[in-house]
Amino acid sequence: MAVETDLLLDVKNLSVDYAAANGTVHAVTNVNFTLRRGEILGLAGESGSGKSTLAYAVSRLLRPPAAITNGEVIYYPRSQDNSDAIHITASSSRAKGGKRHDSDGSDTEPIDVLRLTPAQLRAFRWSELAIVFQSAMNALNPVMNIGKQMTDVLKVHRPLMGPDSRKQRALELLKLVGIAPDRINSYPHELSGGMRQRAVIAIALALSPEIIIMDEPTTALDVVVQREILTEIMRLREQLGFSVIFITHDLSLLLELADKVAIMYAGKLIETASRRDLYLHPRHPYSYGLLKSFPTINGPRRVMTGIPGSPPDLRNVPSGCSFHPRCPLAFDACRSVVPMLQASTRETPEQLVACHLYDERFAPDGVPSSADFAKAYLKPLAERSHSV
Amino acid sequence: MSIANQPRVTREEPRAEGAILEAEHIRKYFPLRKARLFGSQRAVRAVEDTSLALYPGRATALVGESGSGKTTVARLLARMYDLTAGTIHFRGKPVDLQSASSLREYRRHVQLVFQDPFASLNPVHTVRYHLTRPLRVHGHSRNADEDTEQVLALLRKVSLSPAEQFIEKFPHQLSGGQRQRVAIARALAAQPEVLLADEPVSMLDVSIRLDVLNLLLRLKEEEQLALLFITHDIASARYFAEDTLVMYAGQMVEGGPSDDVIQQPKHPYTQLLISAAPDPERIDLNGKNLTDLPARGEIPSLITPPSGCRFHPRCPHVMPVCRERFPQRTELGGGHWTHCFLYGDGETNAGQKPLITVTKQAL
Repeated sequence: MAVETDLLLDVKNLSVDYAAANGTVHAVTNVNFTLRRGEILGLAGESGSGKSTLAYAVSRLLRPPAAITNGEVIYYPRSQDNSDAIHITASSSRAKGGKRHDSDGSDTEPIDVLRLTPAQLRAFRWSELAIVFQSAMNALNPVMNIGKQMTDVLKVHRPLMGPDSRKQRALELLKLVGIAPDRINSYPHELSGGMRQRAVIAIALALSPEIIIMDEPTTALDVVVQREILTEIMRLREQLGFSVIFITHDLSLLLELADKVAIMYAGKLIETASRRDLYLHPRHPYSYGLLKSFPTINGPRRVMTGIPGSPPDLRNVPSGCSFHPRCPLAFDACRSVVPMLQASTRETPEQLVACHLYDERFAPDGVPSSADFAKAYLKPLAERSHSV
Repeated sequence: MSIANQPRVTREEPRAEGAILEAEHIRKYFPLRKARLFGSQRAVRAVEDTSLALYPGRATALVGESGSGKTTVARLLARMYDLTAGTIHFRGKPVDLQSASSLREYRRHVQLVFQDPFASLNPVHTVRYHLTRPLRVHGHSRNADEDTEQVLALLRKVSLSPAEQFIEKFPHQLSGGQRQRVAIARALAAQPEVLLADEPVSMLDVSIRLDVLNLLLRLKEEEQLALLFITHDIASARYFAEDTLVMYAGQMVEGGPSDDVIQQPKHPYTQLLISAAPDPERIDLNGKNLTDLPARGEIPSLITPPSGCRFHPRCPHVMPVCRERFPQRTELGGGHWTHCFLYGDGETNAGQKPLITVTKQAL
């Protein structure tokens, strides 16, 4: 099917705090991003950078001590929604931003996910937004066969469906993700790791959601199986046209898979770009360092610089740009002024970066090139290797 | 399939020159509990007929998927498990480990770094305790003053500075990278000649991995350590090891200088592994590039493994002979070898020409 390119999800100024005894942890701070229909958005970052928290905030899965302190998550439902889904357009959930009118005139009310009541939320989840969790073994119920786990979802969310059509749908889903339908009565322990992950994807697809959040879906799998699952996800997206928020720490994976990549560091988005822009010219020094941390298989061996230091403690984030203690290009302004996400250069307005190097007020000398990054990163590398 | 059907390599291969630790034809079967009283004893055949040699100042990478037996090989070399068959030579002498004291003596020379630094350090003990224990056990230090001095030296060696601050810390006060450095320092405390690193960075963050790997490389050079680097990431083998061995379902399938193995993989499994690994250098930036794999499926059960070459059910080039027996080692020249009938069966094939035409892999 043709991939529509209109807006599906608009996250504005989202912040999440964890209340801890020894200080509040700002896990996600002022994050803005958009997701279009049929798009794969890659969310990359190290552990503790807030990428999972962000995804759970969008799906309202956070529990205390986590709390969403600020922001909006505006969801734009499909215009002709004639499915038997329960409609969730109560006035309390309407976004403040007003109505969005499609060209054909049918009105679709944007919904603020953060303002849904529990009942509306139940209808929203799974039908509109589903999640694939990291560990398939833990996401599946070990004492229930996978067929039952699939029909369970249908029973709750599609009460009008009879047992036969539920079973029919479950078989259909298994076929869709490449599991032989005769495995419908298998228990999770009877399936291999890759099959389990496929089963979890099948369950997520049960109600044909618009958005699927995948939280490190392939991290526990071997490379060969990982590749199979990724191919499957790409094929299903072509076929069904859903959007994906793909969370991973493996940037090289996203460069192959995602349409758009967002990189998080210490709870903030520091760069968003198409995979092509990010690969050809990463703008943020952290993105550059991350890209140069992966060994390559093909081509000549290159110098891998890595990133000096370690990620910050989120209870005690450095002032100014939180990356400045590790940044080889940091200057005075980085220590005091918090950089905002903005267009990196005039030539690449779509590539947003939160770095003072691209702000004319602080760095009048112009934009640093990849050669500048390489030089700056190599210097501490030389120092690091000599420090014994 | 019984063991009798396995090709018993009778040919005596020349003892590798200068190798410090050598394993020859080692096997490891983990017996399973008997299901029936008179049933035959079943076992997980984790490692089959594997030989490898480690050299001072040289890193050897052992690559494979989970369940391929690479960790078992490391644990056999560290003598945490007993061998089912085969021999291990240390400095040319067969390792005899009947007594506890000879085992301790062996462990002084051969040390293991575990995968998970969150599990391998004791949460109730300080860094000082973790590093003092091996110093005392192996007799490198006799009193408290020597302890402190040597522990500080070890911490500096693994670039944990200021060492005076780290010495009194507990594991929970350290980040993952720092913990792994402590684990490496603990292995070095025994002053070993051989370091077996079992996936030393797979639990660490991407930006920290490189620092820990560079540390291992530096130590390898400085201490002239023989390093076995176990990894599932074949790309890092290219950067951090001189030699690479590829393992599949308990069998060694290919080995040789890292660049040869990774740039010109010969065994269909190595080719599969490389085509599946994500690599930013390979992307076609204008289109989607998720190449379809030449082979599908997963590692087979090691209780009832496929006969012959264990890769044959997934191999795109499978031949009848592959089901019958495991091919012998074929030398491809330059130290590069493989166990695959496509390139011969035991003889030298230095031209690296497959005997059977191989369709070009989508690489």
